[in-house]
Order: sequence, then C-alpha cells, then structure tokens
Amino acid sequence: MNFLINYEEVTSMILFAIGFTMLVFSKNIMKKILGLNIMDTGVYLFLASMGYIEDKLTPIVPPTGEVNALDYINPIPAGLVLTGIVVSVSFSALMLALTVRLYKKYRTLNLDEIYEKCSKEDEEE
Amino acid sequence: MKKTDFTKNFKEWYEGNLSFDEQLSHNVEDIPVEHKKDEPHHVRKKIRTLQKLENDERKATKFGYRVFSIVFCVIICAVLIGTVNFLPGFADANAPTANEVYEHYVGEGREQTGAVNTVAGMILDYRAFDTLGESFVLFTATCAVLLLLEKAKNAPVKKRETFTFSNDPIICLVVKLIVPIIIVFGVYILFNGHLSPGGGFSGGAILGTGFILFAMAYGEDVAAKVISAKAIKIITICSLSFYCLSKSYSFFTGNEFNGVHSIIGPGTPGDFLSGGLILPLNLAVGFVVCCTMYSFYMVFKRGRLD
Amino acid sequence: MEEIITIFRVLLLVSLVVCAIATALSKRVMTAVIVFTSYSIVMAVVWLLLRSPDLAITEAAVGAGVNGVLFFLTLRKLHLIDKDFKDDETAKSNAEVNENEEN
Repeated sequence: MNFLINYEEVTSMILFAIGFTMLVFSKNIMKKILGLNIMDTGVYLFLASMGYIEDKLTPIVPPTGEVNALDYINPIPAGLVLTGIVVSVSFSALMLALTVRLYKKYRTLNLDEIYEKCSKEDEEE
Repeated sequence: MKKTDFTKNFKEWYEGNLSFDEQLSHNVEDIPVEHKKDEPHHVRKKIRTLQKLENDERKATKFGYRVFSIVFCVIICAVLIGTVNFLPGFADANAPTANEVYEHYVGEGREQTGAVNTVAGMILDYRAFDTLGESFVLFTATCAVLLLLEKAKNAPVKKRETFTFSNDPIICLVVKLIVPIIIVFGVYILFNGHLSPGGGFSGGAILGTGFILFAMAYGEDVAAKVISAKAIKIITICSLSFYCLSKSYSFFTGNEFNGVHSIIGPGTPGDFLSGGLILPLNLAVGFVVCCTMYSFYMVFKRGRLD
Repeated sequence: MEEIITIFRVLLLVSLVVCAIATALSKRVMTAVIVFTSYSIVMAVVWLLLRSPDLAITEAAVGAGVNGVLFFLTLRKLHLIDKDFKDDETAKSNAEVNENEEN
C-alpha cells in the first residue's frame, strides 16, 4: 500500500482538499484568499517530493573533479517550484487589492451580499 | 471554568446559533414578527407559526451548509488519496521521473553552463525562457495593483496614515543595527547564485524585505528620498529589457551547436566571474523581485510609489 | 537514526495539517493570518528535509515576510485588526470614531 510510505504526497492531497473547501465554501473573501494560498503550497509540496531520491545529496556539484550524476537528487522539480512561490505571492497581492476596492464600495466582506447589491444596481440601471 | 466555556461554545456552534465569522454582517437572526393593528386573532397566530417555520429553516440550512462542506472535503480527500496508491513510492531510485534528462543536467551541466549550483544553471540557462515569463508576471502584478490602488498626488492625507515609529528609541536603534545586515546578506545571496544556494528570487525577496523594514520604521517620507519613484520605475524596466535582449540573440543565431556561440563563455566553474550570462541575469531577476515587493508595500500603504 | 528522522518528518507534516485546519476553522480573520504565517515557516523546514535549500530561503523570505506584511496591511484598511478591549462598548465607539474620520 503505497500511501503508507509516501507521507508527503498524502499530506499534500489533504492540504489541497482543505484549501479547496475553504476557497469554495467560505463566505468571507479573506478566507478564500487564504484557502487559495494553502492549495498552492500543497501543490508545490507534491511537486518537490517527486524529485527526492533516497540517500543522495543536494545538486551542488564540486567545482573540480568528476561528477557522477547518480549521486545527486533530481533538480528539475525544484526549479519549477521556485518560480511558483513568487508567482503565488504576486497573485495574492492582486487579490488583496481587489478586496480593498470592493470593501470601499460595498462596505461588506460577504460575497453573497456583494452579489445581491450588484444585481440590485443592475436592475436599477 | 475553561471547560464549561468550551462546552457551551461547542454546543452553540453545533446547533448553529453562533455565527461562524463575527465580522460578517449577514448573521442569521430571528426575524421578529410585526403585527398590524386590528388583525383578527387567528391571522396573527398563522403569521407567527409561519415566521417560526422560516426561522427554523434558516438555522437548519446554516447547520447543513457546514456539515455539507466537511463531507465534501472528506470526499475529495478520499478520492485523491486513493490516487496516491498508484503513484511510485517515495524516494525510489527507479521512479520514471529519474530519467536521462536529469542525468544530463547534473552530469554535463557544469561544463556546458559553468554553474556549480545546478538549479540556478537550469533555470537561467537551459530553461531561461520560463524565468523570463515569470518576471513578466511580477511586472504585470505591479502594474495591476498600481492601477487599482493609486491615489492622486494632492489627495488629502489622513492623520492616522502619517504615523511613524521614528520617535520610538528601541525600534529606531534595532532597525539601525539590523537593516544593513539584511541588505548585505541579500546582496551576498544575489551575487553568489551560481556558486551556492540562492539566486535571483531568494536574494531579491530578502533585499525587498530589508527595504520594507526600513520604510516601516523611519516613515515613508524618509524612505522616498533613498528610493524614489523614478528609481523604481527605471530599475524595473531596465532589468526586464536587459533580460529580454540578452537571451533573445539565440532566436536569430541558432543554438550553440549549430549557430554562433555567445561571446561570454562558460568560464572556469568555481570562479566568481563564471557561468556565462548567469550572474547578470541573476542580478536582473533579483532587482525585479526587490522592486516588486517594495512597490507592493508602498502602494498598499500610501497609494503612490514614493 | 533513520527512525528518528522519519518521526521528525511525520511530526512536521502532521503540524502542517493541524495549522491548515486551524486556519479554516478560526472565527476571526486575524488569527487565521497569524496561523498562516506559522504554516509558512514549518513549510520552509520541510523544504530543507527534501534537500532543496533554494526553496527554503525563498519560502521563508516570501511566505512569512512579504505575504504577512500584505495581509496585515489589508486588514488595517478593512478595520479588522483586533485590539484588547474589555467592553464591547469601547470597541463600538472606536469603530465609529474610525468611520467618522474617514467620512
């Protein structure tokens, strides 16, 4: 049973499910943004755990001498995740800026109420 | 004392009386019944029972909403963990992800790129186009946040926005001692991206947080004299265009096996000035990240890049 | 020796899940943000266990540093920062004073 051995992958699935539930079912916009961030980190954990090989070293090779590629772990998933972490922070900054503007106009953080007020404004127009 | 509070709160949460988030304005309260004058008795009783039914239904849907969300989470968890069963084992040397691509990157990366840190050599030499796209994402996010939250230059400044810590002796002294260390550390990580762990993203983030700490403690007016709006714009645009132009020569000349070699060769691995274009590109990416983080802070706090 | 490292790994992963559940179930937004910062820091240690120092430095600087600053700045603009109030009346009067200042 493989899910008794890969602890990291099981954890990343649980984190993904928790983040997804927060994103879909919370009424507060700030909780939705936090859920999105938790989902992101779950996916990064899954990617980076694909690159680990047992008893091997960090992929920083010595400057002189022979290099045996089978002594090091896989560096490719780490490169993918490095970009993702910085993109996720810029994405949450954009979401928070939108939240500030929404609050200034509608004075509430509840998405259902904002939707009702929006549809009332559309009916009045 | 604590136990009874906990049981009381848990019971209230379980029955759905306690609102889940107290900052929301959408609490589920009982709608009070309003009776008009001269209404006969049986009509009043009917209205009362109907209102009670509606209140009970609203409470039940709130309770059901919570239970349904937990059930949904558990179902998705179960499905995903069932898929983990079919994946290869953790840290397995015979996994399909450990194929000949990573052996080429680690084995021949030192000769072809000149970088000792394989991850930096990979993201800035073999796969430099992806890092360019990521820098574009950062730049776009800065532009979008500036569009959303910008205030005019002559806008009235509220009194609580001019609050600074510059009168506080403890914070001033500690920041005076710590910020130079942070900036030197950030610059060290940025410049040694090809020799040790670090690189553009890490060094840029640390530099950005150092500048944010300085702006927080001494006030934004003082920080604007050090890092003006014009400097931020010029640094971001110059770094991005440098990255674009320096790596797009290969669109016209072909790769190094068929076309013209680049002027800057790999160099001896382990030296400071080695690795071809990795050091200048690390600097470019680091400056973009640093300016992005700092401008996020300034635009959120004040509405201007000053 | 290997068993100790396995126990350490399992402890860190369990604390990740506990932090995530605490973020989901908290009533106030401010506690959720603070718990999210600690979640970021535990994640940085997990990156070190997976032999990627680049990711650890970046996650510690960005996740706990810049993300936390941005969330607290928005909370300040939305008047959601908690203070230590003993009565609810002083809380309400301060909220009214803040709104009057804005108008």
